[in-house]
Amino acid sequence: MNRLMLAAALATAALVHAENFALRGVTVHPISAAEVPNAVLVVTGDRIAGFGAKFPIPKGHKIVEAKGLHVYPGMIDSASVLGLSEIGSVRETQDIEELGDFNPQLRTMIAVNPGSEHIPVSRASGITASLVVPAGGFIGGQAALMHLDGWTWEEMTVVPSAAMQMRLPSQETTVTGRAFGAGRRPYAEVRRRYEEQMQQVRLFFEQARAYQARKANPGLGFKTNLRMEAMLPVLAGKTPLMIVAPRERAIRDALAFAERERVRIVLAGVREVDPFLEQIARRKIPIVLPDLYQVPLEEDASIDDPLDLPARLAKAGIPFAFGSYNVERPRNLPFQAANAVGQGLSHEAALRALTLGAAEIWGVADRLGSLDAGKLADLILTDGDPLEPRTQIRQMWIQGKAVSLDNRHTRLYEQYRKRL
Amino acid sequence: MNRRLFLSSLALAPSLAAAAGATLIKNAKILTVTKGRVDGSLLIRDGRIAALGAEVLAPADAVTIDAGGGYLMPGIVDCHAHVGADAINEGTISVSSMVRIEDVLAPDDVQIYRGLAAGVTTSNVLHGSANTIGGQCSVVKMRWGRSAAQMVFAGARPGIKFALGENVKRAGGGTNLGAALRYPATRMGVEDVVREAFNEARAYQRQRDEYQTRVAKGERVLPPRRDWKLDPLVEVLEGKRLVHAHCYRSDEILMLLRAAEEFGFRIRTLQHGLEAYKVAKEIAKHGAGVSTFADSWSYKIEAYDAIPYNAALCLRAGVLTSLNTDAPVTQQRHLLQDAAKTLRYGQLTDDEALSLITINPARQLMIDDRVGSLEVGKDADIVLTDKHPLSLYAKVQKVFIDGEMFFNREQDARERAERAARRQALIEKLKPAAPPAQKKGAR
Repeated sequence: MNRLMLAAALATAALVHAENFALRGVTVHPISAAEVPNAVLVVTGDRIAGFGAKFPIPKGHKIVEAKGLHVYPGMIDSASVLGLSEIGSVRETQDIEELGDFNPQLRTMIAVNPGSEHIPVSRASGITASLVVPAGGFIGGQAALMHLDGWTWEEMTVVPSAAMQMRLPSQETTVTGRAFGAGRRPYAEVRRRYEEQMQQVRLFFEQARAYQARKANPGLGFKTNLRMEAMLPVLAGKTPLMIVAPRERAIRDALAFAERERVRIVLAGVREVDPFLEQIARRKIPIVLPDLYQVPLEEDASIDDPLDLPARLAKAGIPFAFGSYNVERPRNLPFQAANAVGQGLSHEAALRALTLGAAEIWGVADRLGSLDAGKLADLILTDGDPLEPRTQIRQMWIQGKAVSLDNRHTRLYEQYRKRL
Repeated sequence: MNRRLFLSSLALAPSLAAAAGATLIKNAKILTVTKGRVDGSLLIRDGRIAALGAEVLAPADAVTIDAGGGYLMPGIVDCHAHVGADAINEGTISVSSMVRIEDVLAPDDVQIYRGLAAGVTTSNVLHGSANTIGGQCSVVKMRWGRSAAQMVFAGARPGIKFALGENVKRAGGGTNLGAALRYPATRMGVEDVVREAFNEARAYQRQRDEYQTRVAKGERVLPPRRDWKLDPLVEVLEGKRLVHAHCYRSDEILMLLRAAEEFGFRIRTLQHGLEAYKVAKEIAKHGAGVSTFADSWSYKIEAYDAIPYNAALCLRAGVLTSLNTDAPVTQQRHLLQDAAKTLRYGQLTDDEALSLITINPARQLMIDDRVGSLEVGKDADIVLTDKHPLSLYAKVQKVFIDGEMFFNREQDARERAERAARRQALIEKLKPAAPPAQKKGAR
């Protein structure tokens, strides 16, 4: 019920602000089809009405001359903490990790600070939406797909619960982290702890299934359990588990876990994924790439690791999307994609993973990700290839509404430029 | 295990092309950085650039390399890195000017190879930022496969690392509650540490000068006790040692400039200087350079006003400006794209953008007579890329230092395959010996 009201509120909010317009003379990059040079693209309300070389401009539409410019769908960061974190070193500004091991009831959506300076800074690079992902324990909570525009988190929300963040118990012997220093723990000890924790995770899923069964036939004394309620869409296969699994053992565990629990998963942050490419492709499991600006995993790893990973996923036929896992660097996401192109990924596949590919993974391809008629008008207007820093992002629209590209950085720039 | 495998295969790397003799790189677009673009060939002789132009006459015995229409640019200079440093913080005292990076250079640090593979040929290896006066830095050439001594950039002006702000006052309390407290705990205390140190250094300098004068007069006097802490500070006072100062906020930048002026020396570079754009005029007037990040921000309070336009604003104010990595904080393999970002943030020209990672840091380190641009007579520190180096689609193909090829992408790929095969063979050998569960954990 609440969800329905929210959706209705979203739709009206967007319509109130949008101004009908048409881009003229623009090269349209629809992503879902080949580019169309010197075209017209029409936006009515919050939606794309259509585009084409001679697409008619309806009455009352403002004309934006865009000769020599390019229009693309807005880009999607498929893993950020935008709005959950402001200043890295200040504990009070962090809302990413809750205490406790199992928190499926937590929702990032309601903790996204619409006033965060990181949101307009990220927009300036062409990012119009982001999956905002929690962390902590084994089940961190629900990741929401958020538009990077809105007065409130309600207005920003595209999908309240696009994925359930999860991290399986670790078998890693390497200990890192400032407080503890780097080192290794004996494998036997790690393994014992891992078995115990895996037992807890299995038990939690068993409890959730028991709850699901009880709820189907509620007897006397049945009580709603918010934690278990939150697991129902996961058990029903409606919401995917987004399992963060960088290393080989973690990925193997995640794949086995999904099979045993019969749940839908998205793998995130994968690094040592090569032994499983065939299996992942066969099972049609999507991947959210790791932050590609991490250092190579091992001393003898490729100098291009992990920038060369997207090309291998594409070759294996695995659907993937890019993620920053960060609040400071979502603006570099298109640059990560460009680096991947330098390592053999096709330019087309890179752009697709930033737009339609991401929309497909998060179940919003009917609304976002390409410039097809009827979709939400999340657009960027550029003077060139949006993956190259040489290009300037000129304008942005989210749900048909022109959104400012000004931000903390442009403001400080303009302010202090006057002092030169 | 990994490290040993890796090193054994790379030990042969530097023997690709002999430093002596001549090498001709032809069919290249040559980005000199200081003198525009030249399409043609570049001749290396005895480790130096002997000629470059549309037509270059090469000796008959010259080794010829076809650049395949790719781009040549000067080797990248990183003015702030911690690559190859086995330790970086002598975090017990606020003034640790006696410690030296040169004593802890680790030539087998894989970061050196990774930086080299990204076109970095020179790095200023600095101490960390735990102390107000950190220690003596070391300028190195990234000669992977050589000894620590062979990596040192011979003839480079010595330097010293200073640090201001949050890092140096961290030991003074706050998040460290309960730990032993150390002065300073405020930016006021940081200024005091700097002034006290140079006050002491000045007194020591007078003592030494007086001794010299009296000896010159033929007096028989005892020399003053040698002070390893103050020696490098006296060199700073005498302009013989360059100060590279880690700093963030505009107030502390200004404080340091004034403190230095009080004692009659200059700050050579403001490292990071994330708010340098706010006091760019004062920095230009003092004569300091700024070596900053491309777009890092918000990771701590003092980085909340950091903007990616910092480099552009400083450059426009007439400040000698460069981009650095602070590797491993950011990676040297991203320096080219860091430079490319200034095309967007501040709309610098291609040459200006490239100068931020080549000739400008070379000037800051006062080694620009040797490196930083492609000019006849300079060290043949050269990078070959397949596409324009400011495009993110470009890849570094070959890297030369003093005319010697130290990185070759094709060879790297070949060796990587060999390494993988050797590693797999070792794993196969181990297999029957260990039960399956143990084997997985053995890595």
